[in-house]
Amino acid sequence: MNQPASAYFLEERHDPNETHTLSVLVQNEPGVLARVIGLFSGRGYNIESLTVSETESQKHLSRITIVTTGTPMVIQQIKHQLDRMIPVYRVVDMTLTGSSIERELAMVKVRGGGDHRVEALRLADAFRARVIDATTESFVFEITGNSSKISQFIDLMRPLGLVEVSRTGVAAITRGPEGM
Amino acid sequence: MTDKSHDPNQMTGAAMIVRALIDHGVQHVFGYPGGAVLPIYDEIFQQSEVEHILVRHEQGAGHAAEGYARSTGKPGVVLVTSGPGATNMVTPLTDALMDSIPLVCITGQVPTHLIGNDAFQECDTVGITRPATKHNWLVRDVNDLARVLHEAFYVATTGRPGPVVVDVPKDVQFATGTYHPPRKSDVHISYTPRVKGDATQIRKAVALLANAKRPVIYSGGGVINSGPEASQLLRQLVEATGFPITSTLMGLGAYPASGPNWLGMLGMHGTYEANMTMHDCDVMLCVGARFDDRITGRTDAFSPGSKKIHIDIDPSSINKNIRVDVPIIGDCGNVLGDLLQVFKAEAKKPDIKAWWQQIAQWRARNSLSYRKNNDIILPQYAIQRLFELTRGKDTYITTEVGQHQMWAAQFYGFEEPHRWMTSGGLGTMGYGLPAAVGVQVAHPDSLVIDIAGDASVQMTIQEMSTAVQFELPIKIFILNNQYMGMVRQWQQLLHGNRLSHSYSEALPDFVKLADAYGCVGLQATKPSDLDGAIKEMIAIKRPVLFDCRVAALENCFPMIPSGKAHNEMLLPEEATDEATAKAFSGGKALV
Ligand SMILES: Cc1ncc(C[n+]2csc(CCOP(=O)(O)OP(=O)(O)O)c2C)c(N)n1
Ligand SMILES: [Mg+2]
Repeated sequence: MNQPASAYFLEERHDPNETHTLSVLVQNEPGVLARVIGLFSGRGYNIESLTVSETESQKHLSRITIVTTGTPMVIQQIKHQLDRMIPVYRVVDMTLTGSSIERELAMVKVRGGGDHRVEALRLADAFRARVIDATTESFVFEITGNSSKISQFIDLMRPLGLVEVSRTGVAAITRGPEGM
Repeated sequence: MTDKSHDPNQMTGAAMIVRALIDHGVQHVFGYPGGAVLPIYDEIFQQSEVEHILVRHEQGAGHAAEGYARSTGKPGVVLVTSGPGATNMVTPLTDALMDSIPLVCITGQVPTHLIGNDAFQECDTVGITRPATKHNWLVRDVNDLARVLHEAFYVATTGRPGPVVVDVPKDVQFATGTYHPPRKSDVHISYTPRVKGDATQIRKAVALLANAKRPVIYSGGGVINSGPEASQLLRQLVEATGFPITSTLMGLGAYPASGPNWLGMLGMHGTYEANMTMHDCDVMLCVGARFDDRITGRTDAFSPGSKKIHIDIDPSSINKNIRVDVPIIGDCGNVLGDLLQVFKAEAKKPDIKAWWQQIAQWRARNSLSYRKNNDIILPQYAIQRLFELTRGKDTYITTEVGQHQMWAAQFYGFEEPHRWMTSGGLGTMGYGLPAAVGVQVAHPDSLVIDIAGDASVQMTIQEMSTAVQFELPIKIFILNNQYMGMVRQWQQLLHGNRLSHSYSEALPDFVKLADAYGCVGLQATKPSDLDGAIKEMIAIKRPVLFDCRVAALENCFPMIPSGKAHNEMLLPEEATDEATAKAFSGGKALV
């Protein structure tokens, strides 16, 4: 098919996508999360994971951790667009720091009996997941780790009677003595 | 009198709003009343420092405030009611956001306890206007109001300017609290726009400029927004370097159109020499422009051989569409000052004679030429005559959106900044007439002309009534081609000449309409009538609707066809049916 005639240049560039984890320090005030999310939906950026909580209540500071994918130019845009929002203090690209630790927590409910139940417990042990609720026919496991480890654990639970999963999304921090 | 009457800072929210306007030097507010702002209107009634200009539609208030802001460099202020008053402001807010115009818009809101209840004339104003503003606030406590109002003015006018909204529930307007004058701590400490450019980057830029063989300066609206000194510095830089200069639609007037180094506007309907210079340059200095898609054409073929320097106050403008080599974050004026100083101290004017010879060849193509006509007024000719007959006068030009806007940009020569008000980023039909109202409010003795189209002008024509009421002698110069000309042009070029709904059927008689509004109607139908009618228009000290009947089917050239590069422009003399069909080959896509 021919490129349709338009005053816009319609072909997209095809730079490869990258995944980046961004830490965003914001003033905790009404609407701040809506601003951040609105930016992503309004400009068509991806959100793979988003975590937010107040971290310093006296200073009314919240920390938002966003995992996003995009071409290098889009990732740079996202950071600049976030940074120019009035209530945003800082945006740090944890992926570029090269020394960040990322963790996620998940609660995983599995239902079943017999061999499946034994196998689930054994795997949970291997993944250092804790049992935080149990009935005669079910477990709830709590597992912490990086996202791929959690996904791997969930995949293993699927044939063993996986019922549901609740994940927190990623929290990230840099190694070493310096703060963000 | 209340008990607290001894404390002058104790006052109602409504009184604080008027007080804050006065403290920020606001002399004019554009607005429209309604239930949720009555307490503020009551305060306005009881004072005389701030003059309120009553529009006929809230969109008109917004564009008037934009025209006011752009022609003065001061923020434009708008006051509207909740619900429909606020939603009617969405277009001008978005327009101001796209073109970086400082606006402070105060909206009334239903009382705090009714928010979220679908109360009468309630809407989620901060939600609706969040993506249409630089920032917005809902004020729930009267004791926050002074701080928020001061911050609103600060945010609107500093950094990259833009529109802000302060949404004030009616109970907060009635409540009494403590006012304070503006102070530094009113502003979020997280908001720190960068003004001064990095010295190392400036040195790198100078090194590139000093060694350029085929340089170009590409300036934009940011230079205008930065203030008149920025334009002066830009002129000095052109002088010191001897470089050619082009500009975006928004940047016209920063460098004078009569200046020897002026190439004309660039982009989709820019001149051949401007676009060719951009395409073939080896060093590009972009000042306060943002590589918009109407400027770049096909991005992967945009100025392929050049090193690019980009000065912009907004880091998110850097590397958004085009990758640049030397980004400099800072205010255009400030950075230009530093750059000029370093250039003068460390560099010599490079010898670019060969480059100017090349440019002279491109200029010789005369890309804005059009064939003359003695029977019908050609729109290009009408603008040229308007320009010649207003030359040397204290003139401000606004426009609507369409072919007439492009012809105005091509054929009206701007000598100074802040004289040209047009909707660039959003392309809002209906901008020009209310913008002219705002400009005339700011400059009561100047000649203010809206170069309009027959379709656009009808979008906000009701503001003629505002002009009559406030004795604002604006001139609405309608290039009446009886078409949505720009739409028709695209349908002709891109959609097999199927002119779907682009004919202006049932146009009003503009002369009678002028009469109905109590202003003056004029008409010109022949080239021989034109000069006389324009002179008459200029002489009339009242609002005028000028129905200039122009050729119906004229197209706007030159033009960069879809998905093409700067060096693939279609020139007027080449735009035969066959060449046009070839240039626009392909199917149909929506704009
Ligand atoms: C509010 C709005 N609606 C639609 C458009 C799309 N549009 C762009 S130009 C144009 C036609 C303008 O016609 P007119 O004002 O007569 O100007 P001309 O092109 O004929 O000079 C239209 C409909 C727009 N820019 N703004
Ligand atoms: Mg028209």
